[in-house]
Amino acid sequence: MAIDPTAFLPPPVVSAGPWAWMRRNLFTDWRQTALTLIVLYAVIRGVPPLLGWLFVDATWQGTRDDCVANGGACWAFVSARWGQFIYGFYPVEERWRVNVTFAVLAVSVVPLVLPMVRGKAWIIGFLLTLYPVLAFCLLYGGVLGLPVVETARWGGFMLTLVVAITGIVGSLPIGILLALGRRSDMPAIRTFCTLFIELFRAVPLITVLFMASVMLPLFLPSGFSLDKLLRALIGVAVFNGALMAEVVRGGLQAIPKGQYEAATAAGMGYWRMMGFVILPQALRLVIPGLVNTWVAIIKDTTLVLIIGLFDLLGIVQAGIADANWLSASVTKTGYVFAAMGFWILCFSLSRYSMYLERRLGLGASR
Amino acid sequence: MMKLLTATTAITLAGTGLALAGTIDDIKARGHIQCGVTQGVPGFSNPNDAGDWTGFDVDICRAVAAAVLSDADAVRYTPLSNTERFTALQSGEVDILSRTTTRTLNRDTALGLNFAPVVFYDGQGFMVRESSGITSALELDGTTVCVSAGSTSELNVADYFTANNMTYEPVRFEKADEVLAAYDAGRCDVYTSDLSGLAARRLVMQNPAEHLMLKETISKEPLAPAVRHGDDAWFDIVTWTVYALIAAEELGVTAANIDQMKAEGSPDVQRLLGSSETGTGEWVGLDNDWATRAIAAGGNYGELWARHLGPDTPLKLARGLNELYNNGGIQYAMPIK
Repeated sequence: MAIDPTAFLPPPVVSAGPWAWMRRNLFTDWRQTALTLIVLYAVIRGVPPLLGWLFVDATWQGTRDDCVANGGACWAFVSARWGQFIYGFYPVEERWRVNVTFAVLAVSVVPLVLPMVRGKAWIIGFLLTLYPVLAFCLLYGGVLGLPVVETARWGGFMLTLVVAITGIVGSLPIGILLALGRRSDMPAIRTFCTLFIELFRAVPLITVLFMASVMLPLFLPSGFSLDKLLRALIGVAVFNGALMAEVVRGGLQAIPKGQYEAATAAGMGYWRMMGFVILPQALRLVIPGLVNTWVAIIKDTTLVLIIGLFDLLGIVQAGIADANWLSASVTKTGYVFAAMGFWILCFSLSRYSMYLERRLGLGASR
Repeated sequence: MMKLLTATTAITLAGTGLALAGTIDDIKARGHIQCGVTQGVPGFSNPNDAGDWTGFDVDICRAVAAAVLSDADAVRYTPLSNTERFTALQSGEVDILSRTTTRTLNRDTALGLNFAPVVFYDGQGFMVRESSGITSALELDGTTVCVSAGSTSELNVADYFTANNMTYEPVRFEKADEVLAAYDAGRCDVYTSDLSGLAARRLVMQNPAEHLMLKETISKEPLAPAVRHGDDAWFDIVTWTVYALIAAEELGVTAANIDQMKAEGSPDVQRLLGSSETGTGEWVGLDNDWATRAIAAGGNYGELWARHLGPDTPLKLARGLNELYNNGGIQYAMPIK
């Protein structure tokens, strides 16, 4: 029996290998081809100059004049002000306190990510109760012989983290309570929560911050001052609590009635039913919504600039307005640096949320 | 929310003392001056690489601190945005607002401020390319001018050209950045803004050396430090500290020669520096050396100018109206006697 020799030939070039892949995905028809060519052209025109600006023509050390002469990014400016961008005006000899504060946070968060660690509830409990106290004592000082560092000296990336973390940690409990309150049977609580949520959801965060920083001092008796950062933190937490409440309420609504009835039949009271049966399911459902709000909080931290607090963006802007650096190159570098800082923060948070969803098996079941 | 706020107020109140006494007593009790500054305006107030506030406005606060507390470093700076600066002063968050603030009737009266002497006579000016050969604002006939739409500066330009029988073609943009970019790209011959702003924006252009600021100003923007209504003793100190700095330049007293001048200067100098028999300290409620300390802190008015704004700085501003009255400007210290 004759064997067909073609059976041993490799498949034609056009159906396998990179060329076939390209034909299938990039050059299917004339429209695809045109789009591919346009994108290719844009990449060729755009990427080399960008890389050139970022690295090749960049100034790594020197002064404003060197940056102006080289024309590329002015990383010398970033390195000269690195400490300021990270710690704001925090005294140099006290900066270890900031490092310790955030190191403790990082060390406590890592076990939460690892599946095999037990006792996560304790870690979360620590983070929500003891840690804020510890962080405040370390950052502000005044106890255990630590000198006081006024909040006016906080700034930069550290302030961004403080505002973001307070917003994230503070808004979740507020949001859960408001969401429960809005679904409560008690008319007074329901009305209060609904009004509260609708009021704060319907105004921009900027308005809340302005109220806190511009109007509030006028209502306070003269000479009494409420710390500016504290005012902003309360504003951010309360505002985002209202947003969070609606996200949580969405999760609560998705829980079938049978779950409530079963929990009640098992003899659970309201708080135990919520704490052990309803909320764990509801919160798991709304992880994407929660993380969305958290990422928004991180990005909204830049708004504290308008009430005179220097977050990462604010301190960069103050830096590029220094007459000794002021130039086109430094301005661009400053904004690129600030954008990278925020991107790293937000991107890692969203990666974490995707990991969390995968591990809780939500992506597969839906 | 109110509940929350009330609770937190109560908490923080425990930490802050009552501030019912005069501003000067408060300052002496707490040991530093609260100075409201900008969030970063080149030459006026900025954190430097080391994180210390520097600039022309900052040095005014330092001079006042030196006069009152004998320590120019006894100042806490509060960066304030445009919107919150007056509230911060009214509510007592800052003692002095040294923050590129234009003195106007409304602010002086309705907003409850008292303005110390003008420290910088700003005003809207013009910038052109050096290659255009234009050297005076009166030669701008027939040019194209980049302005931001609907702004005061657009109206000022229109008034100025009409008053001088000149024509121009406005190119309008919504945002200040767009106006600058358009001028930098060569879409118009003239860029207009406040002098201090022109000097700063010139530095961010592609080639700063190509551009020239014309000396004329077409609007009044007198920038002065401000304090609250109702505390005349404090207002006097701020006012006369500024005058002392200007007087020191008039009399040739600098940070370098102040000790020598104190010993051998003319009667006017000795009166200013408190070395004559009739010292001025008692009248302003300080000791006789107050002006000496204020001047020694950062130098006289001219020295502050030269260090932060003048030709040796990147801003390269010309003194213009800010020259002393006997040198072609309008700066003039009231007699210190």
